[in-house]
Amino acid sequence: MFIFRGPTPEDLGLTPEQHQAAMQKWFTWIGDLSAKGRYVGGDPLMKEGRTIQGKKAVVTDGPFAEGKELLGGYFIIKAESLEEATELAADFPDFDTQGSVEVREIMKITMP
Amino acid sequence: MSSSPGESAQGQSPQQLVDHLFRHEAGKMIAVLTRIFGFHNLELVEDTVQETFLKALQIWKYRKIPDNPSAWLMQVARNRTIDLVRRQQKLSGISEELATRLQADTELAIGQFFLDTEIADSQLRMIFTCCHPALNPEDQVALTLKTVSGFGVQEIAKALVSNEATIQKRLYRAREYIKKHSVRFEIPVGVALRDRLDIVYTVLYLLFNEGYNSVKAEELIRYDLCAEAMRLCKLLSEHKVGSEPSTFALLSLMCFQASRFDSRIGEDNTIILLQQQDRTKWNQELIRMGYYYLNLSSTGNQLSVYHIESAIAAEHSLSPDFASTNWQSLLYLYDYLLERKPIPIVQLNRSILLAQLGDLPAAIDAILDIAGIDELLRHHYIYSAVLGDLYGRAGNMTEARRLLEMAYHLTSSLAEKKLLQEKSAALK
Repeated sequence: MFIFRGPTPEDLGLTPEQHQAAMQKWFTWIGDLSAKGRYVGGDPLMKEGRTIQGKKAVVTDGPFAEGKELLGGYFIIKAESLEEATELAADFPDFDTQGSVEVREIMKITMP
Repeated sequence: MSSSPGESAQGQSPQQLVDHLFRHEAGKMIAVLTRIFGFHNLELVEDTVQETFLKALQIWKYRKIPDNPSAWLMQVARNRTIDLVRRQQKLSGISEELATRLQADTELAIGQFFLDTEIADSQLRMIFTCCHPALNPEDQVALTLKTVSGFGVQEIAKALVSNEATIQKRLYRAREYIKKHSVRFEIPVGVALRDRLDIVYTVLYLLFNEGYNSVKAEELIRYDLCAEAMRLCKLLSEHKVGSEPSTFALLSLMCFQASRFDSRIGEDNTIILLQQQDRTKWNQELIRMGYYYLNLSSTGNQLSVYHIESAIAAEHSLSPDFASTNWQSLLYLYDYLLERKPIPIVQLNRSILLAQLGDLPAAIDAILDIAGIDELLRHHYIYSAVLGDLYGRAGNMTEARRLLEMAYHLTSSLAEKKLLQEKSAALK
């Protein structure tokens, strides 16, 4: 699983042409992953949310993180190993705009 | 996840957006929304367009691009507009029945503004508003690029070889004027339309020339600027108020000029003059379009400057090389042009024609007659280069050598320097 973090696009204040360029980079990346048969699926996350924490399960508005720590979405991909998955994440288009990718393996649980 | 690109685009090449889709759609949306909310709400309008793009960015990134991205964006903008209007008209003290009916009417009325013909109409209104006669030309150009063409401030600064703060200032000044004087968001009629069209032509021509002639800006943005001027001119020509001979003449001129886009810049990023251009690089398709529009422009009894300039450009496109140019026909056109546009560069070009036709003394006199010629010779290499060359051909070697040397120091182009050096060396 690729977990994407970074500022939301509205925080970046892009011009129409930059919007288009940003999108085109994602298309190229996803197209590339798909061509290799690696892409399974993914979803963006809404910016709004709630956070519940503490012993008393206090509910607060908004996601826990902000700015470059904000969770923006995820991909599920197929890879042979964590190393290979990391290589596939190297083309993530948003490194330039403070974005980051966390690569995690989804634990497979086989019931006896 | 049946609609994820993983399944639909398996093994296919990445999705592509039409070039400048967002820029063009931004212009359309801004025009339509401004007609609905008024120019005084331009910030709200621009925010709404921005929101629409953000939505597209999020959704399209993770899913497939819709079959008709342009319609999708318009749909999102339309729905958002309906939301905004409803929020503003929330009334208390009316029955639920009336509220429902009013809502349905709102939706219908707003929907009308999003019809294709109305979108074109709104865009024309925006162009005409940006070209309001009370604004100065540089503000008109900046505002047009921002609101009609969807350029960002930094892109405008780059295109016009300026800085962001200056562009911001121009945009602010122009917008404030329009708001303060409650300029109506409409297409003028009668004589006012005639006058306003002339300003629109000037602005489009400025945009084009900025892209065509400025050697300081980056090649890519220059190209964008020319393409954008042509797109807007075409948009104008397709609308009933803009479908005028002068519009076609301007469009035709742009096509002829643009056909030489690739051959006009040398390796050292300087303008290559017509005489030295590689004519095999000229874009034949654009030349063909140039003739097509020139043809359309020759109805009625209007003869604009653009007609003459386009006919001149066409004349050059006709001749296979510089030597076989029809100088007599060009001289005739330049005489016409000079009457309308008595500026030094036109006078200089006309004098070259006299020389090509064999009348060197008249050519030299014509240049010396240009108002402020001493200044021009001292500061613009093209004047000293041409005059020096003519003196050389007329046998006045002292003057020729002096002027060619002056030109040599004035130009920064290596190719030009080399050419001038060769000319100097050839003098006996």
